[in-house]
Amino acid sequence: MVGGGGGGGGAGGGLLENANPLIYERSGERPVTAGEEDEQVPDSIDAREIFDLIRSINDPEHPLTLEELNVVEQVRVQVSDPESTVAVAFTPTIPHCSMATLIGLSIKVKLLRSLPQRFKMDVHITPGTHASEHAVNKQLADKERVAAALENTHLLEVVNQCLSARS
Amino acid sequence: MPRGSSLENPEPRTRERGIQLLSQVLLQCHSLLLEKEVVHLILFYENRLKDHHLVIPSVLRGLRALSLCVTLPPGLAVSVLKAIFQEVHVQSLPQVDRHTVYSIITNFMRTREEELKGLGADFTFGFIQVMDGEKDPRNLLVAFRIVHDLISRDYSLGPFVEELFEVTSCYFPIDFTPPPNDPHGIQRDDLILSLRAVLASTPRFAEFLLPLLIEKVDSEILSAKLDSLQTLNACCAVYGQKELKDFLPSLWASIRREVFQTASERVEAEGLAALHSLTACLSRSVLRADAEDLLDFFLSNILQDCRHHLCEPDMKLVWPSAKLLQAAAGASARACHHITSNVLPLLLEQFHKHSQSNQRRTILEMILGFLKLQQKWSSEDKGERPLSVFKDQLCSLVFTALTDPNTQLQLVGIRTLTVLGAQPDLLSPGDLELAVGHLYRLSFLEEDAQSCRMAALEASGALATLYPVAFSSHLVPKLAEELCMGESDLAREDGSTKRSRHLRCLQALSAVSTHPSIVKETLPLLLQHLCQMNKGNLAAEPSEVIAVCQSLQRVAEKCQLDPESCWYFHQTAIPCLLALAVQASMPEKEHSIMRKVLLEDEVLAAMVSVIGTATTHLSPDLAAQSVACIVPLFLDGNISFLPENSFPCRFQPFQDGSSGQRRLVALLMAFVCSLPRNVEIPQLNQLMRELLELSCCQGCPFSSTAAAKCFAGLLNKHPAGQQLDEFLQLAVDKVEAGLGSGAHRSQAFTLLLWVTKALVLRYHPLGSCLTDRLMGLLSDAELGPKAADGFSLLMSDCTDVLTRAGHADVRIMFRQRFFTDNVPALVQGFHAAPQDVKPNYLKGLSHVLNRLPKPVLLPELPTLLSLLLEALSCPDCVVQLSTLSCLQPLLLEAPQVMSLHVDTLVTKFLNLSSSPSMAVRIAALQCMHALTRLPTPVLLPYKPQVIRALAKPLDDKKRLVRKEAVSARGEWFLLGSPGS
Repeated sequence: MVGGGGGGGGAGGGLLENANPLIYERSGERPVTAGEEDEQVPDSIDAREIFDLIRSINDPEHPLTLEELNVVEQVRVQVSDPESTVAVAFTPTIPHCSMATLIGLSIKVKLLRSLPQRFKMDVHITPGTHASEHAVNKQLADKERVAAALENTHLLEVVNQCLSARS
Repeated sequence: MPRGSSLENPEPRTRERGIQLLSQVLLQCHSLLLEKEVVHLILFYENRLKDHHLVIPSVLRGLRALSLCVTLPPGLAVSVLKAIFQEVHVQSLPQVDRHTVYSIITNFMRTREEELKGLGADFTFGFIQVMDGEKDPRNLLVAFRIVHDLISRDYSLGPFVEELFEVTSCYFPIDFTPPPNDPHGIQRDDLILSLRAVLASTPRFAEFLLPLLIEKVDSEILSAKLDSLQTLNACCAVYGQKELKDFLPSLWASIRREVFQTASERVEAEGLAALHSLTACLSRSVLRADAEDLLDFFLSNILQDCRHHLCEPDMKLVWPSAKLLQAAAGASARACHHITSNVLPLLLEQFHKHSQSNQRRTILEMILGFLKLQQKWSSEDKGERPLSVFKDQLCSLVFTALTDPNTQLQLVGIRTLTVLGAQPDLLSPGDLELAVGHLYRLSFLEEDAQSCRMAALEASGALATLYPVAFSSHLVPKLAEELCMGESDLAREDGSTKRSRHLRCLQALSAVSTHPSIVKETLPLLLQHLCQMNKGNLAAEPSEVIAVCQSLQRVAEKCQLDPESCWYFHQTAIPCLLALAVQASMPEKEHSIMRKVLLEDEVLAAMVSVIGTATTHLSPDLAAQSVACIVPLFLDGNISFLPENSFPCRFQPFQDGSSGQRRLVALLMAFVCSLPRNVEIPQLNQLMRELLELSCCQGCPFSSTAAAKCFAGLLNKHPAGQQLDEFLQLAVDKVEAGLGSGAHRSQAFTLLLWVTKALVLRYHPLGSCLTDRLMGLLSDAELGPKAADGFSLLMSDCTDVLTRAGHADVRIMFRQRFFTDNVPALVQGFHAAPQDVKPNYLKGLSHVLNRLPKPVLLPELPTLLSLLLEALSCPDCVVQLSTLSCLQPLLLEAPQVMSLHVDTLVTKFLNLSSSPSMAVRIAALQCMHALTRLPTPVLLPYKPQVIRALAKPLDDKKRLVRKEAVSARGEWFLLGSPGS
């Protein structure tokens, strides 16, 4: 049956914390090299590969990616394939950004889902760029708290939205 | 049963049955009724409307039958409707009976429009009461149609405009999801579109509709926003300034907010489209002398809100602002002028205020957008040239961009230059010379600026058609010099730099050959360069000769559209190429590297495509001139038309000529197989016999294949008749003789394959016999694998012979037909075949399926799927790969059918994701990704297992495999999880 009307009025869209942020250019697709097409040559996991995993994560607030907001940058990715370690530092757009934990969590979850299990990963705020840097880093480093956060349906929903391909 | 008694029976149920019977009879025979009978029946039925409610549905059905009578006398339609409006409470009837009422109204509106209009606004009011409260989508579609007709056919609405609006607009925005397995097939979009047609049909609704639209754009619901913006867009087609005037500030505020804030590209696009239509509507309206022009007022508002954002090229709102301004400017010449005259000076100033390359790039890209809009309007209005004021500033800005180290800025600069050049009489000769200088420089950029170099070449081509003189005098001589420099200088140490500069030079020469006068300069240059290489002044690598040929081919492509250039190219280039090749094929006196190079497979292939491209577009009479020279060259060794023709011995590729001479049959093939169909080929009979002979010659697969292809190409175009049958008989005899003997089997197979292809393409009846022969070879121990691969050739498009461009007879549905005719036999053959040759059948089958358009394949799936699943276990990588690439689109397009096999699919895809072949691993993971399109409940039981299994390819040694594993695993994680 078709109902009449629907949807309330009111001013559309809540106010954003930072309505007109600085935006940065997206890097292009990584060009495929001859080595990558050669069956025999192993390609080690490098900083660009990690960056490619996280650069297209959607910002929870803006229709923009973390790369476009410069929250993640390739230079802030440290990786060692032989030692199975990866460290990612991210930079919130403003020092009081309330989304910092959520962004960190999204990056962490993306890496957990995308990297081989042997990797030990560290996701933290770029030093000196956020008011509660220490508290956020502590939460992100705590395995149990990360696991608990993902049990929370609402949080998981927001994280999944950040990780979904944009429609 | 006597009629009277039942119709007058005191028991309502009995009366109902009587009237029902009568109504059914009337439905069958309404066309036979006489006027007198119709009048009598109508009176009876009208009277029955007052009867018991049980009887009403049957009465209505009778009236519907009578509403179809041609003999209905004037006045009765109105009386029936009045009676219905008065006696029946329509909305308390069941859906079917309400539908009957709408049908009666629709029938009368179709045939009795004048009478109904005589009712005046009473008719409209009556209908409003009938549809008020309607809930069923089927009825709503009809009711909306009636309202639309009321308005568009100009029925009197009287004082009921607002009521009519209310009774329809209460459904806006449509909120309807069809129930699963809905037999009526009504989609949400059907309702949306038919309601929109009503709401946007008249300016009289404007005062009620516009506030509603603004309210819904402001709501939180995405679909409501989209529907409102689209409806606003539709309204602008019929509204004028009067309707919009009071609402413009609110409309603009809502559109601006949506474009600035939205996360949805669709909302943005619809917002921009609505703004475009609003501006177009305001531009279109005719003004009274004393009225103020709302367009100027509206545009000033837009400029005021957007202008300052253009000065912050790093910020998010810069692009939304530019897009809003461009949407408005694209609406009319007046709007464009108003906005660009305001924005261009600002942007020009901003370009200089900002020094970073990426900021300048954003600004220039905005300028480019506005220039393109200017171009659109100035081409309609030839008189004005508003850009000339800014010309000098724009040129200096573009040239600054072209010399910037930032590639992205250069790219935008190149595109802007092209747009400026397209404005007639804007650039001065001085500007052009500078521009050409920049393009020359950019054409030699290094490998890392590939995109910029390509853009520069494209721009050169576009501008050269408009300014041939500038390019002839400032670019071509420089390129000529560059080519010569390499020729005279034999310094070995920087050979690779030379070579890459040469390559760029060749590409630039072909890129600017877009004007006939330029071709007259570039073609001789290219040919001369090739001759120089041949004389041994240059150390020639095959790749260099191929590069010249590719350049020639691009020039030939550009000449195709102009008959004169086409002939010029053909008669200049082809004799020259043939002369070089014939000379190279002569027995060598001295050792020459170049001669060998010219005869190599790849070099000849490159020449083949030049000759083909230069031949397909010839007019038949010119082609006939050419064929009269080229065929005798090959059959009789008549070399008189070649520019250089003193050779040490005769050219006899078909007789006892050397193997080098035989290879040149490929060039003959390129020419004769590209000719228009109506060009007669001299000595055809002899030519066909020679080709057949050569096709089964041993020792040189290149020449024998070329001969087979040439034979097939000619066969395909030859008109049906006795001669064709003779050729076919010769070919079949040759094939059978060859397949029987040990030595020539491979050549005979190749001939069979090409002849089959030639016939399959044109639906020749013999094609199916030959296909059967080919299928028989699938179980041949020696030729089986070749036969399997042959199916790929049969189904794919060739580039050199049997092409549509080369005038071959290619039926559009040949793949479907081949599929229908042969797949059952292939499947049967597979089941009957011994184990060791089964893979050949699977491979053949997967080649056929792979090339088939997916819509054709989908209905065949259920019967083939089990075979495809079996093919996944076939150890042959080619079969695995082609089966995976066949299954992947099916997963996306037919998830329901595929769901039945989810268990097998998951297991086999996961197995293949650890295949030794990287391509198979990638394809298997892409299929794992595509699997997520199956219905979630089907997949959920597999989720933990799949996520565990996909952890392994995350650590694959190849990056390209890991990439697919990441995206597949990511999607599996989202399955059934909140927020996905």
